[in-house]
Amino acid sequence: MGQYAHPEVLVDTEWVASHLNDKAVRIVEVDVDTGAYDLGHIPGAIAWAWTTQLCDTVQRDILPKEQLEALLSKSGVNRDTTIILYGDSNNWFAAWAFWQLKIYGHKDVRLLNGGRKKWLAEGRELTDQVPSHEPTNYKAAEPDLSLRAFLPQVLEAVKKGGTALVDVRSPQEFTGEILAPPGLPETCQRGGHIPGARSIPWGKACNDDGTFKTFEELKALYGGEGIDGKGPVISYCRIGERSSHTWFVLRYLLGLQNVTNYDGSWTEWGNLVGAPVERGAAKAVSA
Amino acid sequence: MTGEAAASASGRSEQFSERQIELNGWPVRLTSYRVGEKYVCQADNISPGACLARFSATTPEEAEAQAISKARHMLGKTKRRDV
Repeated sequence: MGQYAHPEVLVDTEWVASHLNDKAVRIVEVDVDTGAYDLGHIPGAIAWAWTTQLCDTVQRDILPKEQLEALLSKSGVNRDTTIILYGDSNNWFAAWAFWQLKIYGHKDVRLLNGGRKKWLAEGRELTDQVPSHEPTNYKAAEPDLSLRAFLPQVLEAVKKGGTALVDVRSPQEFTGEILAPPGLPETCQRGGHIPGARSIPWGKACNDDGTFKTFEELKALYGGEGIDGKGPVISYCRIGERSSHTWFVLRYLLGLQNVTNYDGSWTEWGNLVGAPVERGAAKAVSA
Repeated sequence: MTGEAAASASGRSEQFSERQIELNGWPVRLTSYRVGEKYVCQADNISPGACLARFSATTPEEAEAQAISKARHMLGKTKRRDV
């Protein structure tokens, strides 16, 4: 069996269980459902709320550098701390945090493979105690924007071709049948997808227990849609979080070098006057 | 989205289970478990997997009924369009 390109970015539940009191490790829960942490979490874990702590709450943007520094300082994180991220929904928002930490240059960030679900399913210890940590004075690197795609780059990619676009939303969002995931607010004016995008829902990268599929399975999944790393890849979804999960898979598990996350995603593109939109199922991959 | 039973959330997770149902024509995953004296049930839309509702209660039946009721209400707002 082939190994992930960067196996060091994953830890399993046993590893976490044996590092609960490791001062060099900070365990952070990042959930879609921001109240899940209060129902019981991994002993020693802190929580970051994606709605308020992992974004700019005034203008639409990722967390500004100074706010990231404040968050990490408050969390007792140093530049050499090993940050273990985990969360519900197969680490969906944990991957969002991972992407931002990489943008700001934190070296040792890892995901708990299987996330909160696997921890619960294995009947492991939970607590409602919220730990406190000695604050630090964290200094982040300047943002590495090579990990991020902005609207002009995506427009250029559509115009020129040669860049693979991976739409990781549900098939119904891709075709335009619905404007947002079932039960969630509709936040765009038009349904459909960016012309030429491949439809590979993000969750296909995971097993039923929440862990990531094997290298071979992932290679077949993305390679079967023409995503083979021979050219640049841009992943997108509705607001950029699901696509950060796919970005993680492509960049760290498959080892593709030129992968960016378009966090403007469909809530930007689907509201843009004059932006080209395709509806319906994706066309077959050309040989 | 949530409802809480006032009880400790410390201990091991127990009785973890998942099952799939259909609400308003959409597949929904119900994830249930117990921690301490709390029974938790979460309903999520399988694609993409976002939490629609999550309740904790003193019985598993109550937690599930509340989660299903809220999830059904939220899913009722989603409009399907002709493609």
